[in-house]
Amino acid sequence: MHLALFIIFAGLCVAGALNLLFQRHPINSALSLIVVMSSLAVLYLLLGAEFLAAAQVIVYSGAIMVLFTFVIMLLNAGREERTHGSKLAYIAGFPGAAALLGLLAYIFISRRGDFGQARIGDYLATTGDLSRVLFRNLLLPFEVTSVLILVAILGAVALARKEH
Amino acid sequence: MTPDLHLWLIPLVPFAGFLVNGLLGRKFPKALVTAVALICSLVPAIQVAAIVTNFGSLTLPYLESHGAWIVAGSFHADFAFQLDQLTLVMLCVITGVGFLIHLYSVGYMAEEEGYWRFFAYMNLFLFFMLTLVLAENFLLMFVGWEGVGLTSYLLIGFWFTRDSAANAGKKAFIVNRIGDFGFLIAMFLLIAHFGSLSFGDVFTQIAAHPEWQSGFLTAIALFLVLGAIGKSAQIPLYVWLPDAMEGPTPVSALIHAATMVTAGVYMIARTHVIFDRSPLALAVVATIGVATAFFAATIGILQTDIKRVLAYSTISQLGYMFLGCGVAAYSAGIFHLVTHAFFKALLFLAAGSVIHALSGEQDMRAMGGLRKKIPVTFWTMTAAVLAISGIPPFAGFVSKDEILYQTFLSPNGGKIFWAVGLLTAGLTSFYMFRLWYLTFFGERRTSDAAHEEERGAPVHARSDAKLTLEADPHAHPVHESPWVMLVPLVILAVLSVVGGFMGWPEGFGGNNWFAHFLEPAVKTVHMSYEQTSVALATGAANTPHASPAGSKSLELTLAAVSTVVALLGWLFAYILYCAKPALPARLAQQLHAVYSLVRNKYWIDEIYGALIVAPVLFIARWLLGVLIDRAVIDGGTLTAGYTAQGFGALVARIQSGNIRSYAGWLALFAAVLLAISYFGFFPHFSLR
Amino acid sequence: MVPIAYYLVLSAVLFSIGVAAFLIKRNIISVFMSIELMLNAVNLAFIAFSRQWSQISGHLQVNGQIFVFFVMVVAAAEAAVGLAIIIAIFRARNTLNVDQIDLMKL
Repeated sequence: MHLALFIIFAGLCVAGALNLLFQRHPINSALSLIVVMSSLAVLYLLLGAEFLAAAQVIVYSGAIMVLFTFVIMLLNAGREERTHGSKLAYIAGFPGAAALLGLLAYIFISRRGDFGQARIGDYLATTGDLSRVLFRNLLLPFEVTSVLILVAILGAVALARKEH
Repeated sequence: MTPDLHLWLIPLVPFAGFLVNGLLGRKFPKALVTAVALICSLVPAIQVAAIVTNFGSLTLPYLESHGAWIVAGSFHADFAFQLDQLTLVMLCVITGVGFLIHLYSVGYMAEEEGYWRFFAYMNLFLFFMLTLVLAENFLLMFVGWEGVGLTSYLLIGFWFTRDSAANAGKKAFIVNRIGDFGFLIAMFLLIAHFGSLSFGDVFTQIAAHPEWQSGFLTAIALFLVLGAIGKSAQIPLYVWLPDAMEGPTPVSALIHAATMVTAGVYMIARTHVIFDRSPLALAVVATIGVATAFFAATIGILQTDIKRVLAYSTISQLGYMFLGCGVAAYSAGIFHLVTHAFFKALLFLAAGSVIHALSGEQDMRAMGGLRKKIPVTFWTMTAAVLAISGIPPFAGFVSKDEILYQTFLSPNGGKIFWAVGLLTAGLTSFYMFRLWYLTFFGERRTSDAAHEEERGAPVHARSDAKLTLEADPHAHPVHESPWVMLVPLVILAVLSVVGGFMGWPEGFGGNNWFAHFLEPAVKTVHMSYEQTSVALATGAANTPHASPAGSKSLELTLAAVSTVVALLGWLFAYILYCAKPALPARLAQQLHAVYSLVRNKYWIDEIYGALIVAPVLFIARWLLGVLIDRAVIDGGTLTAGYTAQGFGALVARIQSGNIRSYAGWLALFAAVLLAISYFGFFPHFSLR
Repeated sequence: MVPIAYYLVLSAVLFSIGVAAFLIKRNIISVFMSIELMLNAVNLAFIAFSRQWSQISGHLQVNGQIFVFFVMVVAAAEAAVGLAIIIAIFRARNTLNVDQIDLMKL
C-alpha cells in the first residue's frame, strides 16, 4: 500500500515536471510546479518528515509560487516566441542532462541493496526533534538566516522599486 | 734588496692617456691632446729607462702581484706582472719606438679631424702591448693579445667612412681571431695538464719532469703556434697585413712593424720551455717561418704601392724571426725583432714622409727624383734600406746573419732552410733597392702612368671632407716634412746603423752582448741522454743546443756569402731600375704568366674568398638564415603564438552572453565531474 | 515498504527534468521556476538520506532535514531577490526572453 501511494504521488511529480517543461505559457508552468510541490509534500510525509511537509506546503506552494504567479501577472508575460538563441544549449545540454540522469540512476539502482526500506511509521521526525537541533546546536546559523531574509527583503524592495 | 719597481704604472699611464683623450679629447684644443698623448707615452719610456739603469740590482725574475683575478677551485689567475731580460728588451722597444712614433704622428696627423681619437687609440694600444709583455701568466697576456688586436682594428679602420678601410679592419680582426682560437685552446690544455696558467708554475713543473716529451706538450705548442701565426701574419694567416696598410702610416709603423706583429715571436720566446720539449713544433715553426719569408719576398718584388712593399717585407722579416725561434735560437730571433723594429719603423715613417711630401701619392710609379728635394728623408731611408738588405755593418746584417748562421747549424734540414733564407735575403735586398731607386732616383713620373691599372692609392692624412681618391701632385710643391716628423727619423736611422753592435757576434771579434744578456731568459735546458730513455729514442733533435757547435771560420764564411747575395740583389735592382728602366716592362711581357701570378699575390685573397668566405656566407645566409632562423625559430614562435591565439578565440566563444549555453556547458561538465568522482579518474572497468 | 532507492531515483529524474527545462525555456521566469524544481528535487534526496541514516544508526537522525530547512529558507530569499531582479531587467529591456539578455557577450 505504501508502494501504491508512492507510485501515485511520484507519478504526479513527474507529470507536473514534464508539464512544466512542455507548457509554453509561464503561468501554466507555475501551476504545474505547484502540483509538483504539493506531491512532494506528501512524499515527505511518507518519509516521516512531518514538519517539512507542512513547511513545503506553506512556504513553497503557498508563498514562493504565489510570488511567481504575481510576478508573471505583473509583467504580463505572454507565450514564448520561438527564438533560436543557442544551438549549444541543445547540443551540450541535453546530452548533459541525459548523462546526469543516466549516471545518477545507474548509481542508485546498482547500489539499491545498500539502501534500506522506508515504511510509514517507522521513524517520525517531530517538530520537537527538529527544533531541539535547531535551537541548540545550530542557533547561530538559524539567526543568520533570519538576517539573510531581512537582507533579501531589503534587496528585493530596492531592486523592484520604480525609478523616479 | 730589490727596489719596488711599480711595474703596474707602465701600462696604466698610457691607459690614463686613453681615458682622458678618449672621453674629453673632442673638446680639448689640439695642443692639449698632443701634450696628454706625448706625456703618457713618454712617462713609460722614462720609467723603463730607470729600470734599465737599476737592472743590475734586481733579482730576476722580478714578480709583482696585484691581487687575485680569477679564483675557481684549485685554479687561480692573478693580476701579476713580471720582469726579466726578455721583458725588458721588449719594453725598451715598445716604449722607445712607441714614443718616437707618437712624436712623428703629431706632425703627420696634424690636419686630421679625429686627431684626439687617433692618439686615444694609440695610447690604448700602448697599454695593451705593455700588458702583453709584462704579464706573468697566459691569461693576462691573452688580455693584452686580444687588446692589441682590438686597437689594431680601430686604427686600421681609422678613416672608417671609407669602405676599404673598414673592411681591412674587419679582415684583420677576423683573421687574428682564428689565431686567438688557437691560443685559447692552448690555454685550456695548459689548465688541464698543469692546473695553472702562470708562467712560473708551468715552467717549473715542466723543468721538474724531464721525462715529459712531445705528446701533450706538442699539442700545446702547436696551438700556441697557431696563435702566433695569426698575430704575426705568417702563412696561412698573413692576408690581413697588406690590407692593414689602409690605416695611417704611423699605425703601420708602430703596430704592423715594430710591436703588435712581433707579439707572436715574443710569445714563442717566452714559452720556449714548452717548445724545447717538442721538436715537431719547432720544426713547424721553422718551416712556416722560412716559407713565409720566401713567399712574401716574391710578392714584394712586384708591388707598386710603397706601403704594400713594406707590408710584404714585414711579413718576410717576421718569417725570419720565426725561423730563428724554430731552430731554438731564440735570442737571435729576438735580436732580429729589435733591429727590425728600428729599421722597419724607420722605413714606414720615411715612407710616410715621402707620402706627406707628395701630398698623398703612394704609388711608386708616380714617384722618382726626390733625392734632392727631401734630403733628410732620403738619407734616413737609405740607412734603413741598407740595414734591411743585410749590408754590413748595419743592424739588419748582424741579426739576419745570426739567424742564418744558427739555421745552418741546426740539424734536421738546417742547410735547406739556410739556402731558402739566403735566397730570400737576396730578394729582400732586391725589392728594397728597387723601392729606393723608384722613389728617389731618375725623373719624376706623372701620376697618369700610375693609375691606369688600378684605383687611386689611399690618401694621406687629411680630414674626410677633403678626400680625394687621386692624389694631385701639383697641390703642394714637394716639401720636406716638419721637424716633429724628422727627429724620429733621424733617431731611428742612428739606431739602424749602430744597433747591430749590441749583438756583434763573437765570430767577428765582438762579444755578442745581446745574446749573453738574454740568455738567462731563453736558455734551453740541455738534457743528458742518461736521464730519459725518450731522449734516446728521439735522438739529438730533441736537445737543441744553446751554443753552436760551429766555428768562427764557418761564421765568417756564411757572413761573406750572405753579403755577396745582398750585393747581388742591389746590383739587379740597379740594372733594372736605374740603368735600364725599360727592361722591367719587357721582362714582364716575356714572362707574362709568372708576372701576372706574382703581381696578383698568387690570387691568395681570391682563393680564400672562394674557399672559405663564400661557403661561410652561404651557410650563414641560407642554411642558418633562411632554413633555421626563419623556418624553425621564427616558425616555432609564430606557431606558438598563433596556436595560443586560435585556442583563445575558440575558448572565447564559450562566453556568448547567452545564459542557456552557459547552462548547457554546466550540465555537461557536471555530468563529467560526477562520472569522474564516482568511477575514478582513470577508468579501470571492474564489474562489481 | 518503499525502497529508499526509489526516492533517490525520483529525485534524479526531477533534477534532470529541471536541467532540461532550464535549457529549453526561453522565458526567464520559467527558467527560474526550473531552478526551484531542481532545488526541490535535491530536498527530496536529502530527506531520503536522512531516513537512510536513521535506519542505519538505529536512532533518529535529523541532519538531512535540517539541511532541507535551510535550503527552503535560502530558496525563499533567493526567489524574492531573483524576481526583483527580473522585474528590473524587464523594466530596462522590456523583454523576458533569455536570449535577448546577452550584454555579457564577449
